[in-house]
Amino acid sequence: MERDTNFVLGIYDDEDVLKEAVTKVRESGVKIHEVFTPYPVHGLEDVLGYRRSRLPIAAFLFGLCGTCLALAMQLLMMAVDWPMIIGGKDHAAIPDFIPVTFELTVLLASFGMVGVFMVSSDLKPWAQPRIFDKRSTDDKHVMAIDIAVNSGLEEAKIKELLEASGASEVNNKSFE
Amino acid sequence: MQVTSSVREPLVTGGKTYKDVTHDVARQVEGKPTIGWMLGLAVSIGVLLLGSIAVGATVWEGIGMWGLNKTVGWAWDITNFVWWVGIGHAGTLISAVLLLFRQKWRTSINRAAEAMTIFAVICAAMFPVLHMGRPWLGAYWALPLPNVFGSLWVNFNSPLLWDVFAISTYFSVSLVFWYIGLIPDFATIRDRATGLRKIIYGALSFGWTGAAKIWMRYEAVSLILAGLATPLVLSVHTIVSFDFATSVIPGWHTTIFPPYFVAGAIFSGFAMVLTLMLITRKLFKLEDYITMVHIELMNIVIIITGSIVGIAYITEFFIAWYSGVEAEQYAFINRAFGPYWWAYWSMMTCNVISPQLFWFKKIRTSIVFTFALSIVVNIGMWFERFVIIVTSLHRDFLPSSWAMFYPTWADVGVYLFTFGLFFTLFLLFAKFFPVINMAEVKSVLKSSSEKVNK
Repeated sequence: MERDTNFVLGIYDDEDVLKEAVTKVRESGVKIHEVFTPYPVHGLEDVLGYRRSRLPIAAFLFGLCGTCLALAMQLLMMAVDWPMIIGGKDHAAIPDFIPVTFELTVLLASFGMVGVFMVSSDLKPWAQPRIFDKRSTDDKHVMAIDIAVNSGLEEAKIKELLEASGASEVNNKSFE
Repeated sequence: MQVTSSVREPLVTGGKTYKDVTHDVARQVEGKPTIGWMLGLAVSIGVLLLGSIAVGATVWEGIGMWGLNKTVGWAWDITNFVWWVGIGHAGTLISAVLLLFRQKWRTSINRAAEAMTIFAVICAAMFPVLHMGRPWLGAYWALPLPNVFGSLWVNFNSPLLWDVFAISTYFSVSLVFWYIGLIPDFATIRDRATGLRKIIYGALSFGWTGAAKIWMRYEAVSLILAGLATPLVLSVHTIVSFDFATSVIPGWHTTIFPPYFVAGAIFSGFAMVLTLMLITRKLFKLEDYITMVHIELMNIVIIITGSIVGIAYITEFFIAWYSGVEAEQYAFINRAFGPYWWAYWSMMTCNVISPQLFWFKKIRTSIVFTFALSIVVNIGMWFERFVIIVTSLHRDFLPSSWAMFYPTWADVGVYLFTFGLFFTLFLLFAKFFPVINMAEVKSVLKSSSEKVNK
């Protein structure tokens, strides 16, 4: 897929100004490419109109797999394949299997969810991300607007809009 | 709109800006190592090498090198194991439980506490692995694989196997939790770096950009991991206590063990966090981030958990008397007045009496007292595990088997090895990784820094 190359960046110093700016920019019909912040800004996902993450569902499903796997493994090994009387307990001593079942549920839920998070967010050691502004991992909030996506609007108008919304700087950013 | 309080003490002092946070934390990673750090590392590696002689001897000769005998089959090894696992608990408690309870004060200390957890669990795992006698087969014996003599499996009825699952899950989930939290901060360092450092931190940061959508997912992941790790904290030490509680040994076979062990773990864990944090804040000049508020709150946790542990000791005695079981009553009288009386009373002094001093505000807000008492608590918690294990074992059901335990140089050496390992890993972490979670501190700066409270 060909990636867009020309962006207008609005740089903001304050998270509350940023959130208001996002609302204003979206109301004016401009599509925001993405907002980059140095820390998680609560409420930003709401004003950006993002859908709630479905990662909890992934965690639940992986956890369920862990529960089933652990119970099946223990029952197969202790009750089916080589049944032995240990401490006078039943072969299928379910209460004894609870600790391992719990641990494997937690293990699979955590690793499964984190795996989904990594894949869905494209996080990997060899990733070469496009850095819009280095300060977005330090102290500035950066709103990136893709010029090609908003082709119906003039670039100057977008810049004006960003300035009016409280941006401390408005820059252009191009990627090769 | 931000809701700020002029009543609460600020969590970040010194009027810091976002840029200051990045600068203050990244400074350690980017700058040259300090003399203090190098000295500390040299001592730690020295202890590690010295201890590795004992580890080598144990592996080469077998666990006959230790002072164990036919009666006391568990002694320093399992004492150290339970002690190190307990120390690890504060890390997950700070990062997971306090996250669920929306405690903002966790942000300055969670990173180092989580690192402490990981390193403490590595040290803890050393002991059961070495105690297997032939550790190179340890992985094979502990995994659910069929035995070579037929399809005879590991015993899922055994709390020792539950331990294998509990500790390995705890370690891996804590490691993932810790690393996920590190990714945004690695990206901050990557964006400030050049050359080789940029490549290394670039790889470590996994291509993090700070996009709002990914932050949203990151927060969801953190919250769910916290939700999963919270019962994990309780389960791990509960399962460790099952090693004892499911047996029939007088002094071990008690229902109070799971909550008592969990409280003890948090107690010793917070003490170790305090020891490390007080050194780190001084060495790395982080007094504005790890403030007196943090120290005082951790001391309050120590009062609470120390008191729970104290009540547990008394309850054990009461139940031994109330049960009417002579062997149980004897075990507890023997603990307090038998040949190991000194260990018992050291435990009582360090764990029950000393943390009560923190009721005095002057003491809990004093760096010197806090540092001293944090070490006292850790000594006390070591004695607690020693008392539980050795005093219950040394008087067997047959008086002809009664014995004492005397540690050998190899026992001391293996314990030293884990100290060397722990501090070497911690010092390397403190130098090359951001020791404070920059992103999370920045997120509370607007509501809890000194600036807004003015």
